[in-house]
Amino acid sequence: MPESTDLEELRRGTDLVKRGFARMQKGGVIMDVVNKEQARIAEDAGAVAVMALEAVPADIRKRGGVARMADPADVAEIVEEVSIPVMGKSRIGHTKEAQILEAVGVDMIDESEVLTPADDAYHIDKRDFTAPFVCGARDLGEALRRIHEGAAMIRTKGEAGTGDVNQAVHHQRTIKGAIREIEGMTHEEREAYAREIEAPAELVHETAEMGRLPVVNFAAGGIATPADAALMMHHECDGIFVGSGIFGAENPRAMGEAIVEAVNNWDDPERLADIASNLGKGMKGDSNANLPEEEKLQGRGV
Amino acid sequence: MSLTAGVVAVQGNVDAHATAIERAARNRGREVTVREVRESGIVPDCDLLAMPGGESTTISQLIREEGIDAEIRDHVAAEKPLLATCAGLIVASRDPNDDRVDALGLVDATVERNAFGRQRDSFEAPLEVDGLEEPFPAVFIRAPAVDDVGGVDVLASWDGRPVAVRDGPVVATAFHPELTPDSRLHGLAFFENGASIGPELERSA
Repeated sequence: MPESTDLEELRRGTDLVKRGFARMQKGGVIMDVVNKEQARIAEDAGAVAVMALEAVPADIRKRGGVARMADPADVAEIVEEVSIPVMGKSRIGHTKEAQILEAVGVDMIDESEVLTPADDAYHIDKRDFTAPFVCGARDLGEALRRIHEGAAMIRTKGEAGTGDVNQAVHHQRTIKGAIREIEGMTHEEREAYAREIEAPAELVHETAEMGRLPVVNFAAGGIATPADAALMMHHECDGIFVGSGIFGAENPRAMGEAIVEAVNNWDDPERLADIASNLGKGMKGDSNANLPEEEKLQGRGV
Repeated sequence: MSLTAGVVAVQGNVDAHATAIERAARNRGREVTVREVRESGIVPDCDLLAMPGGESTTISQLIREEGIDAEIRDHVAAEKPLLATCAGLIVASRDPNDDRVDALGLVDATVERNAFGRQRDSFEAPLEVDGLEEPFPAVFIRAPAVDDVGGVDVLASWDGRPVAVRDGPVVATAFHPELTPDSRLHGLAFFENGASIGPELERSA
């Protein structure tokens, strides 16, 4: 057996290690939880990771006020409870909340528009962190700006806490449509397009050559049922975040398991029919169409 | 004759394995068709199989649910090659020391999940691997390690802990050989594995 491996050559927090973590989540469901009991249910239901937060987006919406990072002690309890990765939400631009979450041991930080933004001009410089980040995006420009800042995963913003999948679909279609557009462009057209969408040109070229975002692309914001999750997979998302949809449902364990199975069987309507049957009531939700502009979360942090 | 490769695709880093298998086959002048395995009925048609990284709790639950678990056992019992990486190693092991994962018992070793720590401890490093001339660029993501090596051959160790093993037709790694363009480990697992691909296939290559 070889003995000459040099331990000194070890490198942590590289782009490969951060993006690699995100890739391991592919085809999976990441579930919002607010305590260790919910985290246990999520893990048993087959979640690939849990997102630890103080309140699910639907409750944040109802409650109003300033939404902040969860209590680090509560996050630590969840980290202790489950064997799957734990993610935590920091406010947009709140470098200190992100550092605290990293210190507590979370495996990925969501710089999230669901919380009240701490900085109205800048996002966190994510390159300095060992922990990988996920960020929301509504279009290709936002997605590539976040990747340039160091995000290892992009998710649609959707409209969190509504249980209405409409905006997640809209954002995913917008991103995919823009990628199809740049695939057909010449080099100089892509350069001009990069200026137009305020994205770094090298990332526009890379995306066009790959025919997809250069990092993992999840769906989030309003996904509430197995059929919603399957719909987002149909729109070529790499996996699913479910916020209020699991623990806002009558039977969270059954709903969680069903959404996990629906992601694996998204292209098999007969299986989906079985999976979606007899789950009890889903979350009530709130249609995006009735939402006044000032109550929308998706415009935060562009 | 073209080979059929399966990549267990219920969850995890699937497409990178497909690409690595195609590259490894091309390097040996072999043709291969890669199929994603998200349901039962595909594995029996496969000459070789990869079980990717992802979350072992999720993967073990879904392969049982879909009835793929028994097919993977039959595949290995028929001496066909399997490459299991990271979560795949955990699922393939004799005992993952964790009742949240149903192990398949294809690798006669026990493993410790997250043996190197959480994501902040994840790392990349060049790794000496038995059977490869130059060090392999190994990426460890919340990686497991082999605990009790039981009856398996150790192909590589990191910091004194076994991280690549061979047990008959199965090669299993704690790291992610699919994350870099280096497909030597896929070559080692699938094309330099003795009886693995079968004499009639070898002749037709």
